[in-house]
Amino acid sequence: MPAVLEIEGLRKTYKSRRRGVRHALDGFDMLVEQGQVHGFLGPNGSGKTTTLRTLLGLIRPNGGRMVILGQEVPAALPAVAGQVGAIVESPQFFPHFTARDTLSLLAGAGEVPQNRVDEVLEQVGLRDRAGERVKTYSLGMKQRLAVASALLKNPKLLILDEPANGLDPGGIREMRSLTRDLAASGMTVLLSSHILGEIQLICDSVTIISLGRRVAFGPVDEVLAEHSGGGVRVRLEAATDLPRAADALTRAGVAVTAEPDHLMLAGVDKPAMVSRLLAEQGLYVSELAPVTVDLESVFLELTATAAVPGQHRQVDESTKVGGAGQPGVAGGGWGA
Amino acid sequence: MSLYRTELRRLGKRRFTRWATLLGLLVLGAVLVGVFFTNEKIGPDQQAAAQRQADQQYQEQVHWAEQERASCERAKAAGENQSEGRYPPDCAMIEPPPQGSVEARWFLPSTFDFRGSFEEMIVTFTAILALVGFVVGASFVGAEWSSGGMMNLLLWRPRRLTVLLTKLAALLTGLVALTVAAAAVWTAGFWLVGSLRGSTAKMTGGAWQSFALTGLRGLVLIVVAATIGFALASLGRHTAMALGGAIGLVVVGQFGVGILLSMAGTRFIEAWLLPTYALAWMRKKITLENYEACNATYYGECKPETLDLTWQHASILLAVGLVAALGAALVTMRRRDIA
Repeated sequence: MPAVLEIEGLRKTYKSRRRGVRHALDGFDMLVEQGQVHGFLGPNGSGKTTTLRTLLGLIRPNGGRMVILGQEVPAALPAVAGQVGAIVESPQFFPHFTARDTLSLLAGAGEVPQNRVDEVLEQVGLRDRAGERVKTYSLGMKQRLAVASALLKNPKLLILDEPANGLDPGGIREMRSLTRDLAASGMTVLLSSHILGEIQLICDSVTIISLGRRVAFGPVDEVLAEHSGGGVRVRLEAATDLPRAADALTRAGVAVTAEPDHLMLAGVDKPAMVSRLLAEQGLYVSELAPVTVDLESVFLELTATAAVPGQHRQVDESTKVGGAGQPGVAGGGWGA
Repeated sequence: MSLYRTELRRLGKRRFTRWATLLGLLVLGAVLVGVFFTNEKIGPDQQAAAQRQADQQYQEQVHWAEQERASCERAKAAGENQSEGRYPPDCAMIEPPPQGSVEARWFLPSTFDFRGSFEEMIVTFTAILALVGFVVGASFVGAEWSSGGMMNLLLWRPRRLTVLLTKLAALLTGLVALTVAAAAVWTAGFWLVGSLRGSTAKMTGGAWQSFALTGLRGLVLIVVAATIGFALASLGRHTAMALGGAIGLVVVGQFGVGILLSMAGTRFIEAWLLPTYALAWMRKKITLENYEACNATYYGECKPETLDLTWQHASILLAVGLVAALGAALVTMRRRDIA
């Protein structure tokens, strides 16, 4: 499938006389293929919003290459802007205008037919409240309006930054369904979110960013498989045989963690090898299950942002690719 | 073109634009009504009444002079002490004022002479609309920045300078349309005031041309004020930046400088104050006078030192202010990261 969005070596550096230099984006790469729903994940301060703003021409990069729909941006942004719908961070609208006025003015500025206004209001569920001022809207309604504004152009690439923010559970489900429908209609969706379960449900592929660099990317299944660590849970018919089994597996070079009623193995490429090895020792397996990981655990592992009891992690304390892989690696925060 | 039309729509839809415009028009209306009710037409009845008042005052003064002379003579005959200097040495020196020294025109009611007074009304009109233009201009772009509307717009139209200049063009179009329409009503209103409560005599083609040129200069001043307000708010990304800047300029730059220069004994302090140049622009020339200096004339009179400030001087200041503010706003718009 052709790429709708390509980013190579994107760099953005902020310089401050007091706080030194901070690399918000440090050679970031990304690839989104046509028709995909692509998840864009990263801890707070990792560079997600900076990437999106840079892509949309709101921030000037210090280096790197960005291509949208085959055209290099920001140079070709005026030409491709009509095909890219976007909401960036929290929705912001003029509070005294109604939703219909807000969309109508945007449609006018973007030379979009005015009948699209009612179509997108219907699509996001704001039809009956369209005549009310935006200042009377809840956060979730503003979020819907923001999505409506992004859909107004009927874009080929839809960029949604935290679209589920402020939505109730029903709204989240509607947003998920809408995103799926849009992708099914051929629209490519780039979805930035902290709701990792949602991303796992909706997205075909993901990119994970930490301290301005990509730490993982690819189809969701592959990313999960890559980071499952070859974990396997083993139970035997007789729990009393567990020490013998642990000994045999350790001698075969498998990392074993003994639990009261089972063994946890790590680094196992082929679970069948475990079954054969134990059978040769006269030990019979009652359960042999690969340990599955979810996107949240992969995310926390890759970005090193899991909570540690007694510690208060700071926003810039996460993993940087190419560094020592430890929290707080120099180069991402202020003062480098 | 669609962006321009959209920005015109946005300008018209904004609540602040509507309220500020309405307030400005109400103030203009109040001035017009006030002038109407404080003036009246001078006819034979008013002339006669004024003449009666002048005659009466003259008679009172004659009577008073006679009383004083009589008192003086009585005091002199009684040999009273003249040390207080109440009376002159010769009581005959106390004379009534000459006939005609009390003029009837002093007692005429206020009347609106269109030819003589309308130019000042154009200055008033310009001052009020320049203020409206400044705050509406500042709010038009300042609220867009602070509400996030500008960022939304740039996602649709990434050419930043085009967006900013189109917004400015829409603002100025609206403002010029308002000014021209209000000026027409203002002129018609004062013509009516002149007709009903004064005079519209001596209005030659040249007089109308002079008013038109003053009005044109007023329009330029209104446009410059709105542009500077717009540019300052865009620079600071908030309406308050323009309003705060203006208040700061008035408090520090005008009152402060005025007091400082006064303490330093500087000549022509008004030459350092912005309203002086606004007036010079509108009136074509103003003459500042320094009463501390004495320029002796051929006839021995002592005349104050003067300094002429013309509309050309004011135009340099306006142009520099406009270019500096708008230039800075455009450069910043082009370069800044919008976060």
